[in-house]
Amino acid sequence: MHGSWKGRDVISILDFSLDDLEELYNRADKYLEKIRAGTPLRTLEGLVISLAFFEPSTRTRMSFETAAKRLGASVIGFTAAAGTSLEKGESYADTIRMLDGYSDLIVLRHKYEGAARFAAEIAEHPVVNGGDGKQHHPTQAFIDLYTIRKLKQRLEGLNIGVLGDLRYGRAANSFILGTALYRTNTLYLISPSQLRMRDETRIILEDLGVRFYETESLEDVVSDLDVLYVTRIQKERFPDPSEYEKVKGSYRVTRRLLETRAKPDLIVMHPLPRVGEISYDVDDTRYQAYFKQAYYGVPVRMAVLSLVFGRER
Amino acid sequence: MNGLVEKHLLVSRIEMGTVIDHIPAGRALAVLRLLGITGREGYRVALVMNVESRRLGKKDIVKIEGVYVDEEHAKRIALVAPEATLNRIENYVVVSKKKLEPPEELEGTLTCTNPTCITRKPREPVTPRFYRVRGKRLRYQCVYCGTIIGEDEIIKQLAGEHV
Repeated sequence: MHGSWKGRDVISILDFSLDDLEELYNRADKYLEKIRAGTPLRTLEGLVISLAFFEPSTRTRMSFETAAKRLGASVIGFTAAAGTSLEKGESYADTIRMLDGYSDLIVLRHKYEGAARFAAEIAEHPVVNGGDGKQHHPTQAFIDLYTIRKLKQRLEGLNIGVLGDLRYGRAANSFILGTALYRTNTLYLISPSQLRMRDETRIILEDLGVRFYETESLEDVVSDLDVLYVTRIQKERFPDPSEYEKVKGSYRVTRRLLETRAKPDLIVMHPLPRVGEISYDVDDTRYQAYFKQAYYGVPVRMAVLSLVFGRER
Repeated sequence: MNGLVEKHLLVSRIEMGTVIDHIPAGRALAVLRLLGITGREGYRVALVMNVESRRLGKKDIVKIEGVYVDEEHAKRIALVAPEATLNRIENYVVVSKKKLEPPEELEGTLTCTNPTCITRKPREPVTPRFYRVRGKRLRYQCVYCGTIIGEDEIIKQLAGEHV
């Protein structure tokens, strides 16, 4: 399967096979070593990458920019629709065509679901989805899977809890799909009833035949878990703000809960930013894996870029 | 056989036109509506509703004199009446009989119900596309945002009514 990444769009984690993912993890391992050794790289020298973030981003944008620069590529782009011709009424499609003309690859984030797939249909160069509305965030899922593989040495046969906003959270959605690709995992989907996963995700889990349970109580299942993936409630995607008020602050992972109930080798992950779902006293426990997860963002995104460009040096 | 006897009693044969049989009970009006037939066009139309059917339990039948259904409309009827048969009548005789099958892919036929789907963004040159979801129930999934649309919504969009 070597070389199957070259020229591909990265829209959804479901577009990738386990072999593709294995190739990605191995490449990320290599870049992790290079970063640690401080080895300068010229892998993508002469290439220009567009970072088109129509929605705010800190980690995704900065880690893509860092990844591109560490590989020797140049970066252009914007961080919000404000200040671009979109404000003058230019269509999204026209903006994509322009970026496609200027650069060799487009990384984009947009509040509309399907924006990345639509861009990929328009652009001749590869498109990498940095998050489309509540739907997909494939590179975050790559990072999450890579983190589990690094810290647990395997991606199979794990009890994986996903806590929080499973309805509107794209990182949660892509993580659920990514872990379900490894069919021997068991998923515990923990959320207030209003924030359960959407039907389209449920259908995929049923098709994959992965075992999953839905519950509202973290306390009931936490002792079974090998991995706990915590997400923020996506305030900005609630159609009705009063619905947000009902679920705001409805769950919180604390040191006390973990020390009294969790397996000693449980890892707690979070795509960040967090706004209170994990109390700060978890940060210096052995369970904490979210800062490492964020750190892996750069080597994994370096791997994505170099694989899509089909360059390895 | 009561329904069949009644049907013959109630509805005379047509000389030329279309008979749409095996419509799920209660959807005959939706079928007429998506064909654009209001009754004001002057066509002779017969509706039979809620008669016994071996296949469906109960069914509706529509007979329209002087109208043949084209491919595009046949596709739309299949979305409202997935097991319907389309009979073409000439000189009182059925000259062709076609079992309708909802298409695997739809382009431009339905609108995505998700208000933040890229296909709903104003002024973007993007046509809504859907794939059929496997399974017994008729459902379609938006290619772009993944939203799943069920039968009630399909009928609402195509025939402008709730079921």
